[in-house]
Amino acid sequence: MKATLFVGTLAAAAAVAGMASAASHGASVLDQIKARGELNCGVSTGVNGFSAPDSAGEWQGFDVAVCRAVAAAVLGDPKKVKFVTTTGQTRFTALASGEIDMLARNTTWTFSRDVDLKFTFAGVNYYDGQGFMVNKALGVSSAKELDGATVCIQTGTTTELNLADYFKSNNMSYEPVPIETNAEAQQQYLAGACDVYTTDASGLAATRATFADPENHIVLPEIISKEPLGPLVAHGDDQWADIVRWTMNALVAAEEMGVTSANIEELSKGTNNPEMNRLLGTEGDLGAMFGLDAAWAKRAIMAGGNYGEIFATNIGESTPIGLARGLNSQWTQGGLMYAPPFR
Amino acid sequence: MATTSENQAGSFRLGMLIYDTRYRSMTIQVVFMFLFMAGAVWLIDNTITNLSALGKDFNFGFLDVRAGYDINQRLIEYTNDSSHGRAWAVGLLNTLLLALFSCVTATVIGVIAGVLRLSKNWIISQLMNLYVEMFRNVPVLLWIVIIFAVLTEATPAPNAFRGENPTASMLFFDTVAITNRGVYVPGPLFTQSLGAINLGVISVSINFLLISAVVIGSIYANIRLRRHASAVQEATGDRPVTWWKSLLILFAPLIAVLAALGFHLDYPTLQGFNFQGGSYMRNSFTAMWLALSVYTGAFIAENVRAGILAISKGQTEAAFALGLRPNRTMNLVILPQALRVIIPPLISQYLNITKNTSLGIAVGYMDMRSTLGGITLNQTGRELECMLLLMVTYLTASLIISGAMNVYNNSVKLKER
Repeated sequence: MKATLFVGTLAAAAAVAGMASAASHGASVLDQIKARGELNCGVSTGVNGFSAPDSAGEWQGFDVAVCRAVAAAVLGDPKKVKFVTTTGQTRFTALASGEIDMLARNTTWTFSRDVDLKFTFAGVNYYDGQGFMVNKALGVSSAKELDGATVCIQTGTTTELNLADYFKSNNMSYEPVPIETNAEAQQQYLAGACDVYTTDASGLAATRATFADPENHIVLPEIISKEPLGPLVAHGDDQWADIVRWTMNALVAAEEMGVTSANIEELSKGTNNPEMNRLLGTEGDLGAMFGLDAAWAKRAIMAGGNYGEIFATNIGESTPIGLARGLNSQWTQGGLMYAPPFR
Repeated sequence: MATTSENQAGSFRLGMLIYDTRYRSMTIQVVFMFLFMAGAVWLIDNTITNLSALGKDFNFGFLDVRAGYDINQRLIEYTNDSSHGRAWAVGLLNTLLLALFSCVTATVIGVIAGVLRLSKNWIISQLMNLYVEMFRNVPVLLWIVIIFAVLTEATPAPNAFRGENPTASMLFFDTVAITNRGVYVPGPLFTQSLGAINLGVISVSINFLLISAVVIGSIYANIRLRRHASAVQEATGDRPVTWWKSLLILFAPLIAVLAALGFHLDYPTLQGFNFQGGSYMRNSFTAMWLALSVYTGAFIAENVRAGILAISKGQTEAAFALGLRPNRTMNLVILPQALRVIIPPLISQYLNITKNTSLGIAVGYMDMRSTLGGITLNQTGRELECMLLLMVTYLTASLIISGAMNVYNNSVKLKER
């Protein structure tokens, strides 16, 4: 009798639960953000120049500027962003679970992340490559001389795999020291617990800029990988992916057309360039096509300036980080920054 | 039960399910069972629905895929060409190694501190009190990070050993180097290797097996010798002299085998960036080991104190009356009885140590949480699968440990005849 009761209870429970799960999914990401009045943007735990809080506690940086531009486009206010710090390990879980709406954490665009992890990359905001930083006192001038070295790596990143491949293909051995955040890596490297610190070359430059003695450390000439870094969103809402992608494109296109935060008010009164008019919303209504108003791109550009301005203020040659534009120049100047037409 | 319900079948009403004491307990059980199962099924169903909504499937195929990353501390063969499954095994072994080391030292520290805390010497007992309260009341993660920071910041880099006038030097006749990357000690090497047995997953060196067999054989022979001596003592009243025989049995075969295999020590030397040769204990391991040992040792000390206090004072007095000195009273009378009280909470402490090894990620110790639950999870994006595997593995390890400890507990608990 007890056995039959048990089976009967089980079956009834399964039937009830089956009915309960028919509940459908919620609103689109755009609607959720508007209802919330805030954009949840995943950033790193602190890489100077890319995403780090300044002395007033305001988040500043190259990746942060992307979040602010999107917030300005969607919500009309670049300050309406909640920055969620993520490590190399937690970032994808945070994005997949919907804890953050978008991730702007110098994340490399790879096949498996795009396809297998079910993310959509909204473009590339920085073309980077993995490099090595060593103390000058070691007397190393090439990555090929690093046989037997102890290497600090941020765990859970593509750099870990590139490193393994590079040392393997050059028949060298190394001792990996896995580390969770950039700050810990910096501390270990400066204490001499590792000979080499490896991450994206831009990250190395940013880290070195915070040292007390940056002149004693060099970034080795070898760049061992392609690291196209960009913001990404989860699969499942193409409209939202389009908004992030075209906000990025708007920043790049603005630089190409010569729209800056200084002259944007003037230009948005109307010009004789139809594409600029479409971008700034004085002609046509591109914004309505993805559920925003006409002035979305104007607000995005006003948030921190066009792509070139964002680059110059956060990581450019006049900053302590001092990165050259290089591959990240406009296509008209031999770089890879190329926005599709606004039409 | 069945017969009564059949007899009453004619007059059964629905209300009797609640008001009749014969059925009430059954009704309550059925309702609770129903709610519990409904909850469980809803959780599973919800997971499946949402996973398919995200377009994710549920499979463990990634375990066979090339891992592509390196692990610094490996107890079994592993390269970046090995599979994620093997990375999991490497991590598991690192977890177990750390747990084993920590359990042993935590027990030693705990027993000593627990006994000393009851000392009549005020300074000693207060020192132990301080130790217990300090370590028990600060989160173990902080101890791990502090110890790691001290090990990294207070010790010299390998570079400091270099040059004509090095600022740091090796200890014990240039055999041990303490650096901020870890401790390098001489390691065993053999000029003659008998090869290795390949067991599929791991390959075991025959040298190692041979030495283990010799050591176990010697210990067994020594036990036989002592038993024989006791038998002679029982029969004649004279105990034969055994100490030199014991020494001979314990060490002569071992030395003979080591000599035959060409045993010698491999000393660490500074080559290139690091010390090469010898055995290398990473700071991440040392920090985890020390932190878990002193932290859990504080808890074990309290268990030991409770166990000792549970033994009535009459036992001590009786032992003293027989002329036993305090040392022997503790070892022969009090501790064996106290074990009955100490072992059950000790099992929980061992389980705590095993689970706390998962904090290794804080100092980059490559345990199972860092390999399977860290890098593999991140590179493959299989959160659910990795976390389930981790949970099952920790659960299995914990159940095995508590099972083994329960067997031991049964052997020391009060025998009631």
